Amino acid sequence: MTSTGVAEPISFYHDHGRYRGILSWVLSLDHKRIGLLYMIFVFGFFMIGVILGFFMRLEMIAPGGAIMGPQRYNSLFTLHGIIMIFLVVIPAIPTVFGNFFLPIQIGARDVAFPRINLLSWWLYISGATIVALAVFTGEGPPDTGWTFYAPYSLRTTVNVPLAVFGVFILGMSSILTGINFVTTTHRLRAPGMTWRRLPLFVWGIYSTSWVQILATPVIGITMVLIFLERYFGVGVFDPTRGGDPLLYQHLFWIYSHPATYIMILPAMGIVSDVIPVFARKRIFGYMAIAVSGMAIAAVGSLVWGHHMFVSGQSDFANMLFSLLTFLVAVPSAIKVFNWIATLHKGSLVLEPPLFFCLVFIFLFSIGGLTGLIQGALAPNMHLHDTYWIPAHFHYIIFGGMGFGLFAGLHYWFPKMFGRMYNRRMAMGALVVMFVGFNIFYFSMLLLGWEGMPRRYYDYLPQFRSLHLSATFGSWILIAGLILMFGNLFRALVKGEKAGDNPWDGATLEWQIASPPPTENFATIPVVKGGPHDFKEFESHG
Amino acid sequence: MDEAQGTLEEVRDDTGARLGMWFFILSELLFFGGMFILYSAYRYKNPTAFHLASMELDVALGTLNTLVLLTSSLSVAISIAAIQRGERKISIVLLIITVLLGLLFLVNKGFEWGIKIEHGLYPNSSVLLGRPKGEILFFGLYYVMTGLHGLHVLVGVAVFSVMLRFILRDKINQTRFVPLENAGLYWHLVDILWLFLFPLFYLIR
Repeated sequence: MTSTGVAEPISFYHDHGRYRGILSWVLSLDHKRIGLLYMIFVFGFFMIGVILGFFMRLEMIAPGGAIMGPQRYNSLFTLHGIIMIFLVVIPAIPTVFGNFFLPIQIGARDVAFPRINLLSWWLYISGATIVALAVFTGEGPPDTGWTFYAPYSLRTTVNVPLAVFGVFILGMSSILTGINFVTTTHRLRAPGMTWRRLPLFVWGIYSTSWVQILATPVIGITMVLIFLERYFGVGVFDPTRGGDPLLYQHLFWIYSHPATYIMILPAMGIVSDVIPVFARKRIFGYMAIAVSGMAIAAVGSLVWGHHMFVSGQSDFANMLFSLLTFLVAVPSAIKVFNWIATLHKGSLVLEPPLFFCLVFIFLFSIGGLTGLIQGALAPNMHLHDTYWIPAHFHYIIFGGMGFGLFAGLHYWFPKMFGRMYNRRMAMGALVVMFVGFNIFYFSMLLLGWEGMPRRYYDYLPQFRSLHLSATFGSWILIAGLILMFGNLFRALVKGEKAGDNPWDGATLEWQIASPPPTENFATIPVVKGGPHDFKEFESHG
Repeated sequence: MDEAQGTLEEVRDDTGARLGMWFFILSELLFFGGMFILYSAYRYKNPTAFHLASMELDVALGTLNTLVLLTSSLSVAISIAAIQRGERKISIVLLIITVLLGLLFLVNKGFEWGIKIEHGLYPNSSVLLGRPKGEILFFGLYYVMTGLHGLHVLVGVAVFSVMLRFILRDKINQTRFVPLENAGLYWHLVDILWLFLFPLFYLIR
């Protein structure tokens, strides 16, 4: 890959464009600035979600309503879900790292539609504001769970309509982001950047964007229907008027199941790009990883019915959805095997991003295998609506997507901010998080196995010790998070200069200055090799 | 969709803009797709009630609206062809006709809804709630689907008004017409959606 060395280009932090001060950020068309805008809010909402989760766990420390009553607990898990799903994990990697790095990695100066990109951010902020309004106005925050299942969501007196309207707006933001990234990938690749040379992170974002375009409108219409139902009593989901709540569940999961792939695919992309850099070796099975991402996106769009095995759909539908669920595990497993095969006989460079990836693989594998257990029809009867389900989900989403996000954060941090964090501290934080995570969520898996129902504010005394250890684990996990973010924040203020290519990466973002200049490239680079051609570095490294 | 901006030299990618519009249209199709699923499921469950309820819709008004919308699709298509050939005036006139036809469609729809509402047939009304469940669903879906379609017509009219301004200010001309093309694409989508809504609600009996 060519270097585009023009004498010290001015970084995008210093080039504020047409506006000054805060306006130079919130009205910026620069993809990197927009990515950082998202980052501030995504991590902000993440902290709020963590705090809500902390209080949920604190409530469960002892039976009998330790610190709150049932209504408050219902609001708490609803808000934790809405904030974490719609404001954090769905947008996080595409909007933060996708915005920042997708154009750079394909050798472009910006995304295809910079103004629509900015519009997406404003829609995200508007949606978030509306959700916040739903919490503080009306008759109290929503208590339906993040799924808004009818008919309860039509009956409850609390502020559901505003919340679903907020989710609708967030969906529009997500669709526009998806359209932007697919178009960008198709149109703005630099000369020589063929589909087989795309960094795997780009493949991850690309397949994700397709799901965003095709699945998000379905939750859009579902939320609109809940809204209309509440205000006009249309009756489409109201059994007293002929409506069928099961159809609500279908429409909801037609989006929300693929949405879990919106969450995990970009993280898989990060891992697929980070592992080769620290194994100093080409990825094993490049095309298999790229294509399995698309396969997950496609098959994953057809498995939504496995959320409804006990909702009263037909046995035939149950069998079909169970079969498809098992099928979607195949491309996921292909990826895991390929990552392991890449590590095999590699010259491993033991740096924090690699360890985050290893933790990702470990936790994601537990999440995936537990998913197969509950995807089989007979065990599902037993496990449905128990702690097993959220435990599995957190292994996939927090253990997978979350640690993938952290891996990307530690990998790209020196590029985004031009500074290096304390690597030993990052490793320490990772160990603390890993220990806390497993104490926390493995206890929840066991609780579910023993029959503890989810979403209850109270429990029978027999579950006491496992609940106690889960709460204990949550404290360790939060301590690890504080350590990690503290370490990064400290680096932001007084980290040492990182240099342009601290990891000897071969993708385009490492060939430009840290932090990157406005427009990324003075001249559009001509790409001559794949994303993992490390030979250049070996000769003079 | 707008031209790409904010780069060193101005980048213009017509193909990219068209591609983006097609992705948007795909997404719109799935938005309406959710409602078509509901319609098919409920029609399958309540065939008689849907049959009886649909007899109450005014086929003449529906047909008129279909003609209006089809004509407007023609006029916008010719308007685009005209601007590509540099016939600015013809393009403007045809675009105005398109806007007027779009408004006519909405006025018609308003009348149609008005008559139904006068008869007490609207969601949550005591008349409708007294009817069989299948009919409540039929009229519920009728209002939701034609309503959301009408909203799309309204957006189309607004978009065309902006396009009209662009032509008058020479921001759209013989060499630069992709925004108008994309607006036309959107309008054809609105048209096609109606071509499904019309038989589903008025004709299948």
